Amino acid sequence: MTRLNWFTFSSPATFYPLAGKCIPWLWAITALFGLSGLFIGFFVAPTDAVQGEGYRIIFVHVPASWMSMLIYLVMAGWAGAGLMFNTRLSYVMAQALAPTGALMAVLSLVTGSLWGKPMWGTWWIWDARLTSELILLFLYLGYMGLHASIDDTRRADKASAILALVGVVNVPIIYFSVKWWNTLHQGASVSLTKSPSMGQTMLLAMLLMTFCFWAYSMAVALIRARAMVLERERYTDWAQQLPEVRRGQA
Amino acid sequence: MLQAVSLSCQRGGRYLFKDVSFHLQPGAWLRVAGDNGSGKTSLLRLITGLSPTEDGQVLWNQQPLQADRAAFHQNLLYLGHHNAVKDDLTPLENLQFAARLCQQPITSNTALLALQRMGLKSRAHVLVRHLSAGQQRRVLLARLLTQQAKLWVLDEPFTALDVSAVALLTQMLQDHLALGGMAVLTSHQALQLPAGQEVML
Amino acid sequence: MNAVWSIVQRDLSLAARRRSEVLTLLFFFLVVTSLFPLGVGADPQLLNKIAPGVIWVCALLATMLGLQRLFAPDLADGSLEQMALVPSPLMGLVTGKILAHWVLCGLPLVVLAPLLGLMFGLPTDALWMLAWSLLLGTPVLSCIGAIGAALTLGVRQGGAMLSLLVLPLLIPVLIFGSGAVTAQLSGLEADGYISLLAALLLLSLTFAPWATAAALKIALE
Repeated sequence: MTRLNWFTFSSPATFYPLAGKCIPWLWAITALFGLSGLFIGFFVAPTDAVQGEGYRIIFVHVPASWMSMLIYLVMAGWAGAGLMFNTRLSYVMAQALAPTGALMAVLSLVTGSLWGKPMWGTWWIWDARLTSELILLFLYLGYMGLHASIDDTRRADKASAILALVGVVNVPIIYFSVKWWNTLHQGASVSLTKSPSMGQTMLLAMLLMTFCFWAYSMAVALIRARAMVLERERYTDWAQQLPEVRRGQA
Repeated sequence: MLQAVSLSCQRGGRYLFKDVSFHLQPGAWLRVAGDNGSGKTSLLRLITGLSPTEDGQVLWNQQPLQADRAAFHQNLLYLGHHNAVKDDLTPLENLQFAARLCQQPITSNTALLALQRMGLKSRAHVLVRHLSAGQQRRVLLARLLTQQAKLWVLDEPFTALDVSAVALLTQMLQDHLALGGMAVLTSHQALQLPAGQEVML
Repeated sequence: MNAVWSIVQRDLSLAARRRSEVLTLLFFFLVVTSLFPLGVGADPQLLNKIAPGVIWVCALLATMLGLQRLFAPDLADGSLEQMALVPSPLMGLVTGKILAHWVLCGLPLVVLAPLLGLMFGLPTDALWMLAWSLLLGTPVLSCIGAIGAALTLGVRQGGAMLSLLVLPLLIPVLIFGSGAVTAQLSGLEADGYISLLAALLLLSLTFAPWATAAALKIALE
């Protein structure tokens, strides 16, 4: 991995066609893992003794939670890379990932809520995982909101990059403090993380769904990134040569 | 000694100016000319290091600015569009605070003498809020007398000045250049000063 | 160091000439805290239970108000540019600004809070713990708030955006601060919370000025 290698792909002109080629493959992976994961999760995995059929929603809830946290880390990584190397594409990647990460957080919250209703009778419970997920959603919203409210793109990129880095340092602190808060006020009785001990099939289904969400996130992020690159670089020569741009101008 | 190499500035996707270079020796001054919106203030902000350079470089004593920011700032006096004086302080307090901030503290006597030269002696202890626009501008210009700096970067220094103040500022510039200082300024009117260059944007 | 002290002195002198701004903040704290008994009823046991959380949340909201005036006036009159062009590093000057902000916005909250605690019927030892937790916590609020204030400089709807950005980051301080007082009320040990607050204070004092200075430089570009 020579230095030259990394920065070759950081040129928008190189990135655009390369990403375009990757996207169909990622959709294929999404479909493959998603179908198999859901099949195993809904039809193969055994009924839980305590929670009945309702527990099956964890095959969506848990992968969504993992992805929401992973995406925040990757987003912060791109933000840091952008600040360090001053590469425009890094900022684009961070911006492209944010909405998907927020979506994963919302999905996690909604599925968590749907899981909680038949189990505990309420639509929302303040357990450590759901509360941390909610705060993570706030961090995503803050990141996207800050970028949207600054007119100058360069300044918006850099400011939201700093925010993402500040957030990523705070996430472990927030998670720790929420866990503490949860045990202090409610005791350990009410918790969605007290899921049934994982049988092999359940674990397999969750892993498959995680890969499915990962591939989905990558596909969607690359599509979004390509659109952003086109919008930002629309006056450059290589962008003017693209068939889709020429078609749009005709 | 200040040098600019191929500076350019983009705003909203298009270039305001491209490939601007100049070389300033001690005792020389530079006038940045151009219409409104041509990027004069942007060029000045590039020179002071407030805006980062996308292309090109700014060199101070043959070193890029980033190499030793503190040394560059030690020798820089930048007066921008804004007055950089606090409304709720007196001119005397403003001058003394500015001096302490630059680590060149001055006695109240020195500050009063500077204000006297700017014609503000009777207003030295009045809150800046109660001064006219022209007087507020003179408070700012008093810093040219109290702060030791080799390079003056002035953005529209003659705005809101009456005839006597214009003459005073021109004299101050002349004295500064005679002592080996340098100046970069934007101005709509031409200046009667020797050793001048011009950059047209 | 001289430059840093001059910033602190200047901000304090400026505030002394505009005393109403500091007082407005304190009155806001008082009024908002008083809304809660009016909203939930005057049952002494209930008020006792919610007091730590309520007072802490209102302290957070009052700090948010004060943060909007941290850098915006300096940007508007050009003083911020001058601060970025002096030989002293901007990070040090920012620390001075944060210190002045805490003296003007945080310290008064520390003094007023125990009086508000009386309104909620808190016993004396809980009042001391409230003051102590706020003493450790309000500097953290100023530090992290400064980062948010610098990021939202000159942004449309800056006040609302500032709160959206900063409040989630302050949740740990809220949890540990109000937790300390709740623990004291229940007769439990509050030392753990206090140590955690102290740790957060050290962490934010170390990193916040640096992050704030970086954000200010971006705002000045």
